[in-house]
Order: sequence, then C-alpha cells, then structure tokens
Amino acid sequence: MNPELLIPLLAAAVQSGTPILYATLGEIFTEKSGILNLGVEGIMMIGALAAFVSAKFFGNPILAFLIGGCAGAFLAGIHGLVCLNFQGNQVVSGLALTILGVGLANYLGTPFIGQAAPGFSPTPLPVLSKIPILAPVFFNHDPLVYTAYLIPPAMWAFFRYTRWGMGMRAAGEYPRAASAAGLRVAGYRWAGVLVGGYLVGLGGAYLSLAYTHLWTNGLSAGRGWIAIALVIFAFWHPGRAVIGAYLFGGVMAFQLRLQASGTHIPSSLLLMLPYALTVMVLVLSSWKRQGTGVPSALGINIEPSE
Amino acid sequence: MFKFIIKKRQAPLVWSSCLVFFGALVLSLAVSAIMLALQNKPPLTAMVLLFNGAFGSLLAIQDCLIKAVPIFLCSLGVAIAFRLQIWNIGAEGQYVLGAIGATWVALRFPDLPWFVVLPGMLATAFIAGGLWGLIPAVLKLYMRANEIIVTLMFNYLAILFLDYLVYGPWKDPVSFGFPMTREFSTSAIVGKIGHTQLNWGILLCIFSGVAIWIFFKYTRLGYELKASGENIKAARYAGLPYHRLVMLVLFLSGALAGWAGFLEASSTINRLQPSIVVGYGYTAIVVAWLARLNPISIGIASFLLAGLRVGLEHLQLDLQVPAAFGGIMEGLILLTVLAGSFFVDYRVSLGKKS
Repeated sequence: MNPELLIPLLAAAVQSGTPILYATLGEIFTEKSGILNLGVEGIMMIGALAAFVSAKFFGNPILAFLIGGCAGAFLAGIHGLVCLNFQGNQVVSGLALTILGVGLANYLGTPFIGQAAPGFSPTPLPVLSKIPILAPVFFNHDPLVYTAYLIPPAMWAFFRYTRWGMGMRAAGEYPRAASAAGLRVAGYRWAGVLVGGYLVGLGGAYLSLAYTHLWTNGLSAGRGWIAIALVIFAFWHPGRAVIGAYLFGGVMAFQLRLQASGTHIPSSLLLMLPYALTVMVLVLSSWKRQGTGVPSALGINIEPSE
Repeated sequence: MFKFIIKKRQAPLVWSSCLVFFGALVLSLAVSAIMLALQNKPPLTAMVLLFNGAFGSLLAIQDCLIKAVPIFLCSLGVAIAFRLQIWNIGAEGQYVLGAIGATWVALRFPDLPWFVVLPGMLATAFIAGGLWGLIPAVLKLYMRANEIIVTLMFNYLAILFLDYLVYGPWKDPVSFGFPMTREFSTSAIVGKIGHTQLNWGILLCIFSGVAIWIFFKYTRLGYELKASGENIKAARYAGLPYHRLVMLVLFLSGALAGWAGFLEASSTINRLQPSIVVGYGYTAIVVAWLARLNPISIGIASFLLAGLRVGLEHLQLDLQVPAAFGGIMEGLILLTVLAGSFFVDYRVSLGKKS
C-alpha cells in the first residue's frame, strides 16, 4: 500500500481507537478488582452526553472532558451500590445499567441532536512532531490522544508496584484471603468501580468532544461492548489493550474511508466489519488460552457476613 | 454509634417480594418523574397519561396484548438460557433472523395457500432464529468464547443484515426509496381473531408457555437442565450432557425469539422493514429477570412492560417525550428490584458499634 494512503489511515486508526482505549482501560481497572461491569455502553453514552452538554454551557472542553468522566463514575456508582451493598447479580445489574444509561443519554440528548459544541482540535507535540512517519501517525492529534498514551504504563505500574494496586488485585483474585489479611475488600472494589467508570466516561466524552464534535443519539454504537471484548483479548493487561483498541480504530477508519471512496459494497455490509471482527478476536483470544489473566473472583459478590 | 448488622435469612421472605416490587416501582416512578420535569414536561399529567394510555381502554389493552406477544416469546427463550446460567443477550438478533427467515418464505412462495405458507414460515423462523442462537453456543463450547459478547455482537450483525436485505436484494421496487420488502400476500399473513385487533400469535404464546412449563416440570431433559443450572460442576460430575444442554438451550432460546420476529413481520406490519427492530429483545431480558424466570410471571411482566411501551406512545404524541424514556424506566425498575431483592434474602438490623 502506498504510504500517502497508509499514514493517514494509521493516524485515523489511533484517533478512532482512542475512545475504545479509554473504555477498555476503564473496564480492565474495574474487573481487576473483581467486579464485572457490563454497563460500559451505557456509561460511555452518559459520559459523552455530560461532556457535550458541559462544553456547550461552559465553553471549556477540558472541564467538559473531566465532567464526562464524573458522569461515568456516577453511573458506575449505581452498579457499585447494587452489587456491593445489595448483593445484586453483576451480569444483570450491568445489563440494566446499559439499558438505563443508553436510555438516559438518548432521552436527555434529544433536544441537542445535530448541534455542535466546542471540543478539541489537533495540536502537534513540540519536538516529537518532527519525527518522520511516527509523527503524523502518533503525535499530530488532539491532546486527549496523548493523555491516553500515559494511562496504560501508569496503570501497569500501579497494579505491579503500588500497595493499593496489589490490594486491588487481591480483592479481585482472592477476596477471602485479602479480607483475612485485613484488607477492606469492599473499599478496593468500590475504588475499582468508580475509577473504572471514570475512565469509561472519559472514553464517551472523547466521542462527543473530539471525534464527532456534535451530538447524535446512539453515539457510541456498540463501542462499549467492543471494549468489554477487548478486555478479554488483552488478557486484562493494559498494554495489550492498546493494540486491541488501535486495531479496532483501524477497522472503523478503514470502513469509513471505503464508504467515502464510493465503493459498490453496500454500507450495511461494511458496517458489519467491527462487530464481525469482535467475534473473531474474541474467539481467537479465548481458544486454547482461556483463563489467561482473568481475575479468579471476577463477577462473584462478597457475602456480607464474612 | 450504631452500625448495620446484616444476616442471611434461613428462608427467603416471601411476602416481602411484593413489597420490594412495590417499593422498586415507586422509586423508579419518582426518578422518572424527575426526568420528565428536567425536560419541562408536567410529571403528574405524564404519569396519568402513561397509565391511561396503556390500560385505560379496551383498545389500549388490546394494543398491550399485541406488543406483549413478541416480548413474551423472546423472554421465554431468554429465561430458558438463564436457567442454565447461559447469558443469551442475543434475543434481539434472533428475533431479526426469525423475521428474515419467515419473510424469505413469504416472498419466495407468494402463490401457495395459507395452510402451506404459514407453517413454512413458522418452521423457517424457528430454524433461522435457532441457528442464530446455536452459533454462539458452538463458539462458547468449542472455542470458549464468552456468550454474552458473541450473542450481543450477533444482534448488531443481524440488524445490519436486515438493512442490507431491505435496502438491496429484497427491496420493494415500488416503495419510492423506502427500505422495505413487498407487502406479503394474504396467505402469508397471520389473521386477526374475530373482530378484535388481536392476532392468532397469542395462541403461539400460550402453546410455547405451556410447552416450556411441561418441559421443565415433567421431562427428564428439563429436570437435567434445571439441575445443571443450579450447579454446573455437580451436574458435570453426575454425567449430565452439559454440551448438549447448552446447544439445545441456545437453539430453543433463539427459535422462540425467531417466532416473535415472524409474528411481528407477518401480523402487525405484513412486510419486512427496519422498523420491526424496536428493542423487544432487550426488554425481554428485563422481563425474564423481573419474573424470576417463571413462565407465568413472564406472561404478567410482558404484559406490564408492553403497557409501558403503549403508554409511552401516547406520551410521545401528546407531550413529545422521546421514546428513549422507556429505557430509563426499564433500567431503573430492573436495578431497583435487583437491589431490593437484598431485603428478601438478608435481614438488616441496627446494632451498637463495639
């Protein structure tokens, strides 16, 4: 393939992979603590809406981005309440959260359909944007793409080297042992739910602030579910999540370009690509390697009397 | 200082289930009312309108029953899978495949008499929906792919496939650019019962409901399924055919959703078009869980949530409340019931902090 076509495609892959990356990292963070949150799609939608509306009212995209994260953490908090305080089934609660979140965002967002809000625009990084090839692909984006580069190494180090990170892993792997060792398992799990929800909310905020710049209903279009599949693909490792997210970003960008090029392939078949790829990626990463990296107590509630 | 003391009850409190449902409903309605007020809609008027629109007249109740049919069939299917702790989130896609299968028969054999076409559609919808459920089962069993994600992705794929068909090869040549197939011939349309608006699809619901109830209560396979659902490891030790059960359950689950799709295409709009996809498959999950997987309760819950949809149509027309409001209420009710069930299983009391 000719580089004049390939480099813009790779750059687009990084950009459209970024919201998925935020969401995948958020879900990894939550699942590491032992809580399965299937509400990612709903949390992304709420994050996207909250960020969009805040940008419209305050005119400050950075503030709006952070508010998007807070909205995500708030919705995830409902999941925490149901599962951690009321012993609800984590799968069902997550599904209900998706139904609620998508409904809420589409309902409250209806008056804003088609409207634009101030968002982020590409700002090349000072020195790095001089490197050939790498620069246009990685260092000529909006600032949120760069922040996303920092999270995976930070998360990796957090889980590997810090006391809190290890405590959180213990809560996800051996909650009984962790509790016997004096750790407050519920506290760690709450942290996992809220911080994870915050990151997922940021992913949603990216969609409305930097990706589309305008509001449409159903903005996340299944990206939340793709993120959940990518957690499995990544074997719960933040580094592998980067590969997965950009891979999907690439497929989405490729599909859009193909449509724009006036191909004869019907658009509905092209739109199937990311979803079909999700199934393939999931099958390939689960087959023979199932169980790699999955927190042992994922999805299992802690009984209150213990 | 005081703290909460939480103890697991010896036996779940039965009467409190009703209380929990009532409390959950009140809480959900209160939050929904706040949401309405946020959009400058009069909350009280809206709630009255919602209720009257759904259950206020005979015509409205008929409408509820018509909408309850697809929800019931999807939910029954989903519940069978949940029994075995298989999370089939794909009723929406299986419903679409059923509609596609039935439509294929209707378009391919327009001239055959109804007593050939309708059973043909019924069978094709059953198989098409069933196979769309069976693929995730095979991927789960032999490739260990998580069925939650696969069935969900299959929803998106099915809906896009439907789009492809109605925008492409199956498009009605005289539809003025609208994405829809030709109208079915009369022999491919499920008729109405007497002078009512109801169609014979209700009979299919009753048949499926009774069949599933008998299956679980009186057949060996049904018993094995229930036993496996309660403890998968123990069931495997006991030599129960887990693989076969999973495939059977997901096939049946998809097939029932497929019937729902068939009925929707050939009894309410008489053609295939994207507007048949309205989220019945997701409502079905809410219904199955609210009903605690019990077929009779599924019937009641389907009717009530169908009522929510019918009432909502009035809100949309009269107060311009967006349709997404239904999602808020469904999500809230499920979350609050889920949280409220805690009080059925646990006893909470106040004690002194030592």
